[in-house]
Amino acid sequence: MEKNAGGSFLLETADPDDIFTPEDMTEEHKLVAKAAEEFLLGEVAPVIDDLEAKKEGLMPQLLRKSAEVGLMGGDIPEEYGGMGLDKISSLIITEKVPLGGPFAVANVDHTGIGSLPIVYFGNDEQKKRYLPGLANGELIGSYALTEPEAGTDALNAKTTATLSEGGKYYILNGEKQFITNAGYADIFITYAKIDGEQFTGFIIDRDSEGLSLGEEEDKMGIRGTSTRSLILDNVKVPVENLLFKPGKGHVVAFNILNIGRYKLGGACVGAAKLALADTIQYAKSRVQFGHPIADFGLIKEKIGEMVIRTFVAESMVYRNAGLIEDRLKDIDMTSPEAGFESARGIEEYATECSINKVYGSEMLDYVVDEAVQIHGGYGYIKDYPVERYYRDSRINRIFEGTNEINRLLILRMLLRRALKGELPLVQAMKQAASDLLKPSGLRQAPQEGMEMLESLTENAKKIGLLVAGAVYQAHPDDLSEQQELIGMISDIIIEIFAMDSLLARVKKMMKRNNGEMPEIPGAIANVYVIDAMMRIERWAKLIFAAVAQGDVLRTQLSALKRLTRYMPVNSVALRRKVADRVLQAGRYLVS
Amino acid sequence: MDIIVCIKRVPETAEADLVIDGTKKAIETDDLVYSINEWDNYAVEAAIQLKEAEGGTITVISVGPEENNEVLRRALAMGADEAIRLTDPAFEGSDAYAMAKVLAAAIKDMPHDLILTGVQADDDGFGATGVALAQMLGLPYAALVTDIKKEGDTLTVHRELEGGLEEVDTLKLPALLTIQTGINEPRYVSIMGIRRVAKKEIAAKGAADLGLSENDVGLNGSMSQIEELFFPPVGEGAEIIEGTMDEKAETLVKILKERGGIA
Ligand SMILES: Cc1cc2nc3c(=O)[nH]c(=O)nc-3n(C[C@H](O)[C@H](O)[C@H](O)COP(=O)(O)OP(=O)(O)OC[C@H]3O[C@@H](n4cnc5c(N)ncnc54)[C@H](O)[C@@H]3O)c2cc1C
Ligand SMILES: Cc1cc2nc3c(=O)[nH]c(=O)nc-3n(C[C@H](O)[C@H](O)[C@H](O)COP(=O)(O)OP(=O)(O)OC[C@H]3O[C@@H](n4cnc5c(N)ncnc54)[C@H](O)[C@@H]3O)c2cc1C
Repeated sequence: MEKNAGGSFLLETADPDDIFTPEDMTEEHKLVAKAAEEFLLGEVAPVIDDLEAKKEGLMPQLLRKSAEVGLMGGDIPEEYGGMGLDKISSLIITEKVPLGGPFAVANVDHTGIGSLPIVYFGNDEQKKRYLPGLANGELIGSYALTEPEAGTDALNAKTTATLSEGGKYYILNGEKQFITNAGYADIFITYAKIDGEQFTGFIIDRDSEGLSLGEEEDKMGIRGTSTRSLILDNVKVPVENLLFKPGKGHVVAFNILNIGRYKLGGACVGAAKLALADTIQYAKSRVQFGHPIADFGLIKEKIGEMVIRTFVAESMVYRNAGLIEDRLKDIDMTSPEAGFESARGIEEYATECSINKVYGSEMLDYVVDEAVQIHGGYGYIKDYPVERYYRDSRINRIFEGTNEINRLLILRMLLRRALKGELPLVQAMKQAASDLLKPSGLRQAPQEGMEMLESLTENAKKIGLLVAGAVYQAHPDDLSEQQELIGMISDIIIEIFAMDSLLARVKKMMKRNNGEMPEIPGAIANVYVIDAMMRIERWAKLIFAAVAQGDVLRTQLSALKRLTRYMPVNSVALRRKVADRVLQAGRYLVS
Repeated sequence: MDIIVCIKRVPETAEADLVIDGTKKAIETDDLVYSINEWDNYAVEAAIQLKEAEGGTITVISVGPEENNEVLRRALAMGADEAIRLTDPAFEGSDAYAMAKVLAAAIKDMPHDLILTGVQADDDGFGATGVALAQMLGLPYAALVTDIKKEGDTLTVHRELEGGLEEVDTLKLPALLTIQTGINEPRYVSIMGIRRVAKKEIAAKGAADLGLSENDVGLNGSMSQIEELFFPPVGEGAEIIEGTMDEKAETLVKILKERGGIA
């Protein structure tokens, strides 16, 4: 198994030196962050209300303007008029765009799924034709995969493509639904089945004859973005606009979604920091019972936990961006093989991408919910931005693959790598199961400090392997029918990636701190790892109980007990400490 | 035209909860976000606009530790050509006078037709560095500049005065101007710009390189020093205006007019 290979986090402990953490940002990264922030605060944040009111033409105008400072073409190679930024810089931008409210979704849709299919899977001619415009704001991109009858089940698309007589065009017919940026997009990346069979990607120009749009959807949140259906009525698409290869639309669609997924995780981290900043300020200024509510323990507990989860998610997304950067950075984006190679590289981290999507969106939903709560009744009133944060957050668990389908994918993609021989997962599951029978194979965890946290994380990995092995063994033929079990296994895997990424980051901080655990990150690590262990223990129990009985179950449970033995830390005090730190700093600050 | 712009990296203090540190002479800065001094950002933009119209070069100079490279590189990304950082432990504790000596020592041997500084710095508010620098270099200067026109070797500048007055002056180049906010609309830094200058060397010079001794700079070389920093106690005399919304507005306007807040 290669170092840092996709899925390897489940089998080995990350070497902090191999992992990108936010503390590794260069001066250039910081300048990029500041440049994005200055533009968003100067040009977009002041007009969020107008965006929310769908002021005609405003969103596309802002998108185009943002191209002038480089917010539209970060991921587009320099050869095609973009900037070819590293994946960290582009994640930094993604983390900043929530400062612009609904602008975030419009921007990320354009830079991610609206442009990347051409970046990774377009041919040279398509790249030359579309990428410069997508980078400089002349063209706004959009991604049209979903159909009324094909949501999660995207391959069930009913849209058809038929080659015209003479072979110059494909004639597309069908309807795409819920398409972000549709109202002002210049191009649509869409999918249709050639002759009703071969699922294939296409690039369609906005002004194609036969293309029309449905009414704007009246949405719960992200009300400032355009969401409309795309109606294709005998639309003639030149054969040159077929994307990648006939019948290979799924390769394009799913790999691009992988990138979209971890980017979404990054946007959620940015949005969480924003909600935290508002909440910290509010809690410090709102006086009840003669005290700022920030003085109250139940409020500190919430703020502490909001910071902890934000920090963990941040550790996870930057690690993932670093992994993908390392894997893709040497691919020559002008070569005809770039598409295949990129796809392979991205697919390697499909599990990690899904993890970031699920974790990021659920972290944000938690954070905005508590943000509203801390604002009390005012949080429910539109005068306060948290009311919007709360509504805007909800979509993240639905689009870019619902969290349910992503949970199924987390395990499925790992197993796929294992079956291809790219990840020694099955061997590891067997090893964990045989260790279970000999008590000596399971050593007891150290009682405190980073060693305890590391050993618990190792134990969590063993638990993950044990439950996966137990379920696999009990359901060799009908595994896919066991969704509840897969969901819980994935929850455990998500927590493992979270703990592993968190500890790698804190260890890297320790190295720079003369080996000492830095106070606040240390508090976060202690609280989080112990909490995660409690959650993992519960899921594992439920899983074992669903697949075994009697003595087998008893053996499994006693192994579980040994693996989850630890001295609890004073999470109450530590969470308060974390809260006090950000209350003092006035914003999300973890140092 | 060779333009030199002096820029400073300052903590953003307007909305932060400040804490005075143990020396009682400074604030705790660990938690603060740093940016280019607001006035200096306008000065950089003014320089770029002049260069765009007249040609020439722009060099930005900042005194401070390595972190100051961030504001220097930012100015390069906006359109400056060169950046120099002046740094030495001996510079610490310099007042505006000593700081001007540091800057003058660096600038005197560089080609300069025009030197721009901000009117003042966000953090220490001396409002004197630019003017002192002009004196040391023997240059004509104008402070609080809100408009610049150049014709031949003559500058016509507008200065913003109290009471809404505006003054027009002419100066012969070389000269120094301290730039007021609002003189222009500083451009956004583009990520393309950042990429363009990412690899650019930023030279660092210390006291010895500038021919300065320990007695010229820092506290030794200063004419004033900070004695104490404190938050004044919250005063009495706040007036709560009562009434309906319209009545409140009416009373407020009346008070503001009476006290000269609005015309
Ligand atoms: C505001 C907004 C913007 C959007 N933007 C875009 C866009 O730009 N481009 C685009 O192509 N699409 C877009 N979408 C569509 C979005 O991706 C889909 O809504 C999403 O994929 C879910 O599909 P669906 O709505 O048909 O729900 P369904 O697929 O009908 O799902 C309903 C529920 O069933 C669950 N479910 C479905 N299948 C399974 C299964 N096999 N096992 C377990 N549970 C299952 C789902 O998790 C979900 O909880 C957008 C949607 C919204 C609301
Ligand atoms: C839609 C709506 C309808 C309403 N209808 C009515 C109505 O019909 N009649 C009416 O009288 N009121 C009504 N209210 C007001 C509602 O009851 C208050 O908003 C609620 O009691 C919370 O008070 P608050 O908003 O001032 O929040 P705050 O009291 O400021 O609370 C802010 C946060 O601080 C926490 N907090 C406060 N004190 C403490 C403490 N000592 N220890 C720990 N945590 C603390 C709170 O739990 C909350 O999380 C309504 C509010 C809304 C939004």
